[in-house]
Amino acid sequence: MDAKREGDPISMKNRTTVERKSEREIVVTRTFNAPARIVFAAWTKPDLFKRWWVPKSAGISLLSCEMDVRVGGKYRLVFGNDPAKGMEFFGRYLEVIPNARLAWTNEEGGDGGAVTTVTFEEKAGKTHLVVHDLYPSKEALEASGSTDAMPETLDQLDELLGGLDASASS
Amino acid sequence: MVQYESSRLDASFAALSDVTRRGVLEQLGRSDASITDLAGTFRMTLTGMKKHVGVLEQAGLVTTEKVGRVRTCKLGPRRLEEETAWLERYRQLWDARFDGLDQVVEELKQKERIDGRKKRR
Repeated sequence: MDAKREGDPISMKNRTTVERKSEREIVVTRTFNAPARIVFAAWTKPDLFKRWWVPKSAGISLLSCEMDVRVGGKYRLVFGNDPAKGMEFFGRYLEVIPNARLAWTNEEGGDGGAVTTVTFEEKAGKTHLVVHDLYPSKEALEASGSTDAMPETLDQLDELLGGLDASASS
Repeated sequence: MVQYESSRLDASFAALSDVTRRGVLEQLGRSDASITDLAGTFRMTLTGMKKHVGVLEQAGLVTTEKVGRVRTCKLGPRRLEEETAWLERYRQLWDARFDGLDQVVEELKQKERIDGRKKRR
């Protein structure tokens, strides 16, 4: 979109940015060195999507991936290491504009799910990608993970302090 | 700066060394509450609860705001740091994901080039 967003010429790797745009929105961006039709294909063809959606470092695999990429069409992703206990993610496509724009619902969490919109802006053979998640409320966004850190941190402190109490009283 | 950090850490640990105050934080993690609500939940006097909230407030773990006659307590500015840390973890996830997408995209570009050459022949 603008010069600041171009890749770092030294590493040749484009930068990923994340911004909490508002109480209900999170936006992720990155530029890819390829035309939009190629990047779009990687988002809409299951055999390609499966290859990158789960980073290798995550230690989990995408067991299945079905996507009916058209307005109203459904998608379903199953993650896990054991097919019997897979975690499902599913929803419907709300918008499909080839090589330009995709939007879908995230329905696995009930009413609190975000609407994800991905735009593909091509400029000079490169594609600027914007992934926008809009949650129904601030609480829903935070329940999706951002405040998980808080109880977790408190639990850790609790454990630590519990240990301190025990050693102080002995 | 270091001293400031360590004194604040001391204040946090002191604040968290009390079971009631830890309970108050858990409670506020679920929803904001007035001092009266908290005193009721933890079955203590208003004065006692005010003291606990005061300690949490000094440690930056809780903020309070008085509207009319009701003082409402919520989790404090420390949450901003948690949020920054969360956003960074989120960024790392997407960055790793996009590195994978980069590879797929490169392969597709190569393939297009080869197919293009075949077609021209």
